[in-house]
Amino acid sequence: MKRRTFIQNTTAAGVFTGIGGLGLLSSSFASPAKHITILHTNDVHSHIEPFPADDAKYPNLGGVSRRYTLIESIRKENPNTLLLDAGDIFQGTPFFNFYGGELEFKLMSKLNYDAATLGNHDFDNGIDGLNAQLPHAEFSFISSNYDFKNTVLDGKVKNYQIYTKDGVKIGVFGLGIELDGLVSKKNYKETKYLNPVEIAQEITQKLKQEEQCDLVICLSHLGYKYDSDKIDDLKLAEQTKDIDLIIGGHTHTFLEKPTVTNNLEGKKVLINQTGWAGINLGRIDFYLDEQNNISADGMAIEV
Amino acid sequence: MKKIVFFLCTLSIIGFHSCKEKSIAISKIEGKEIKITDSITSNKDLDEFIKPYSDRIEEEMSTTLAYAPKALSKSDAKFNTPIGNMEADAVMELLSPILFNRTQHNLDGVLLNYGGIRSSINKGNITTKTGYNIMPFENEAVVVRLNGEAMQELFNYLAEHQTAHPIAGMQLILNTNGSIKKALVKGNPIKKDRIYYIATNDYLQKGGDHMDFLSKTDTVINMNYKLRNLFIDYFKKKDTIAPVKDDRFIKLEE
Repeated sequence: MKRRTFIQNTTAAGVFTGIGGLGLLSSSFASPAKHITILHTNDVHSHIEPFPADDAKYPNLGGVSRRYTLIESIRKENPNTLLLDAGDIFQGTPFFNFYGGELEFKLMSKLNYDAATLGNHDFDNGIDGLNAQLPHAEFSFISSNYDFKNTVLDGKVKNYQIYTKDGVKIGVFGLGIELDGLVSKKNYKETKYLNPVEIAQEITQKLKQEEQCDLVICLSHLGYKYDSDKIDDLKLAEQTKDIDLIIGGHTHTFLEKPTVTNNLEGKKVLINQTGWAGINLGRIDFYLDEQNNISADGMAIEV
Repeated sequence: MKKIVFFLCTLSIIGFHSCKEKSIAISKIEGKEIKITDSITSNKDLDEFIKPYSDRIEEEMSTTLAYAPKALSKSDAKFNTPIGNMEADAVMELLSPILFNRTQHNLDGVLLNYGGIRSSINKGNITTKTGYNIMPFENEAVVVRLNGEAMQELFNYLAEHQTAHPIAGMQLILNTNGSIKKALVKGNPIKKDRIYYIATNDYLQKGGDHMDFLSKTDTVINMNYKLRNLFIDYFKKKDTIAPVKDDRFIKLEE
């Protein structure tokens, strides 16, 4: 992979080289810099086994069991790791047709997923079919812009969740795509779709200002990019503030590296999506320091 | 956060720092994709957990139904693709006699959606699994009764989107500027006062992909036939699956 370093401004680069010396001084007094690893998947679509060796497009790639090995080795390297999924867990192989999503949820639990948001295909056996499989999931479902009040999922899906790893507060919220036209009404029933930008503004305000989260992550199943006015991850990033990372899905976009874009305040936002079918695992590493060591926007992004 | 306040204040007592900032901030971000290849060993316990689930599926899936001399993918061509043509033709062939027996009406055409072709077909044996791969969804075939006006909307939709949505029984030729040159149903132009019987799936009929004209029908005839099963039955009927791109939906070139 091609690595590129974005230095947001030249003073930051200067500060960086300066930190070395300061680091030596402060290390004996200070808690060391924090390191948080975010691992993520999207649109796995019931791809539990690797693609066969004779597959026309993805020979020998993917597989939950290999993903487990990889995740465990990363967790050994950094226990301060979150594992997240951006939806469309269901539908795509006979595993779903035969077992209705039971195996997908059981395996994600064994992999110790922390949370997932909901994709349109997670409604494929109806909201009742999804509800029936929830007991197999030992991780949270987070969706902020689907109102499930008048459905069987009422109270079972979280608006947001805050994780604390090594003293770092990480707020995670979820955004789903408009279901009308994608999922038949008989499947999503009384689920209400709320405007993702408005909800994002509301929740990020809460996570950043009230809850004082150090990192804010959006699990999005909106899609990476549309040429139309339809809301996508790029537009979401530009129209909001206080999101550090958008983990995307739905469009099955293979990004060679995470996209770096600007938010409403001109601050950097990362967007990543890992294609589909569990072919890739996304990995984002955040390094955090005491704020007074560096200027607020003096962050280096290596992707 | 409290820990850091403590640390900073300690420092300020020692005299290195002032205590004005109290929170931590991101100093560096690294991001990458890690490909899951066969160089990563699988986990034995997990493999054993999955095995009984997959064994039962494999038993049913591995039956050979037909043979594909060439790999088929929906990205093979523009406007109409061999795999899409195969799907639409299969619906036409298998649904026509059922519709006629039930209603004494002939099926005039088929419209499916490009996005609904969920997988390519590999060269070699076609098995029950192939049917699941190309049609993993549970959607059923339905037939709608469309008048001439709704049929015109159907062709307009295809002309506007210029996507290789699978069709059968119909022909659409676009001029170089994208306007409609010819729109035929079973070789004839659309008649305003005629009713056309068009097969599709329940997803599209209920507004999927915003093919709104499919809801402009007085009756939806549910064929109680899952598209996946229809394709599997089509494979069983044929020895060889070798569809081609043809001129059912094309755009004239400069």
